[in-house]
Amino acid sequence: MAPDVGLISLFFASIFTSNILLSNFLGMCSFISVSKDFTSSNGLGLAVTFVMTITTAINWLVYNYLLLPFGLEYLRYIVFIIVIAAIVQISEMIIERMSTNLYMSLGIFLPLITVNCAILGVALFMQIRNYNFLQSIIFGLGSGLGWWLAIVSLASIRKKVDNSPVPAPLKGPGITLITIGLMAMAFMGFSGMLNVQ
Amino acid sequence: MAQKDMISIAKENLWYNNPVFIQILGICSTLAVTNTLINTSIMTIGVVFVTGLSALTVSLLKSFIPRKVRMIAQTLIISFYVIIVDIVLRAYVPEVSRALGPYVGLIITNCIIMGRTEAFAQSNPPLLSLWDGITTGVGYMYILMMVAFVRELLGFGTLFGFQVLPDTFINWTIMVMPPSAFFMLAIFIWILKGYMFRKEVKK
Repeated sequence: MAPDVGLISLFFASIFTSNILLSNFLGMCSFISVSKDFTSSNGLGLAVTFVMTITTAINWLVYNYLLLPFGLEYLRYIVFIIVIAAIVQISEMIIERMSTNLYMSLGIFLPLITVNCAILGVALFMQIRNYNFLQSIIFGLGSGLGWWLAIVSLASIRKKVDNSPVPAPLKGPGITLITIGLMAMAFMGFSGMLNVQ
Repeated sequence: MAQKDMISIAKENLWYNNPVFIQILGICSTLAVTNTLINTSIMTIGVVFVTGLSALTVSLLKSFIPRKVRMIAQTLIISFYVIIVDIVLRAYVPEVSRALGPYVGLIITNCIIMGRTEAFAQSNPPLLSLWDGITTGVGYMYILMMVAFVRELLGFGTLFGFQVLPDTFINWTIMVMPPSAFFMLAIFIWILKGYMFRKEVKK
């Protein structure tokens, strides 16, 4: 059933051409509100990548071994969101135990991830596109890295934009959206080389 | 509830505190479907349905839900309505449901719905919460419909699937691709906020 997609091209495509944020618009809310500051964007990007990889793997297992055999596919939204919330909680506890430094730097971003649409989106995409287990992990990891790359670049660009003369009604979200649009165009420039759909 | 309350809530949600162009919330799942008007209208009707009813339910149940688990309870209530929307769409408009793909499910993580239940329904009576939810949804709907209108008109030369522009019109391919959604929304924010600022200056 799994589509014939090479793992390496899937990895790079999910970072660049099918970037979860710039071509699928997922995770925009936290993307716009957090990208004001480089350090916190970096922390959030790291946390998202981490949680996304793990939840995609677990959601794949849950979907294929629990929901499909019992014909409960329609419950997938509830189950996926519960798995994500649980994983976020558990990883919060583990990180707190293992490394207080990392825990402090992630701070409020870990709980925020539960409501990040990109995480749920990746789980749903992986289910709709029938990826196998390995492909799902690669897809989750690649999408997480792509999201991280996008938020860190936007945070850096916004620092410059802050000092530029922007018309008053366009200040803040308006100019940020235009910047994101330009970034999306730049990322799409790679699309001749790689594509997964 | 007093009549004036309802009107002021509607004004807040539709204009002064619009979820899309003032608060920039919940644009994730729906920017993706603004390339055609049909998809957008069905998606936003789904959002109005979910925001309204989940606000109503949360408001009805607010005294029974312990504060500690209220987030997860709200998420479950929202997912319940989203599953209904998903099943209805798959039964009656299967091709639209396929075009929307995972985005129907992503209504769950739409920050507007969570925001309204958290900020309004938690502390207000049920009917008022229902009204608040619906007007927020409508405030979201009309902005996205405007974006979809321009994108479909220039991208495909059609409106609701009917050919509007003459054949000589060359479709702007960029309009159906992701970046244009960002540009269009930014331009709408620019125009609407500019209008708001001008009004304030006049006052």
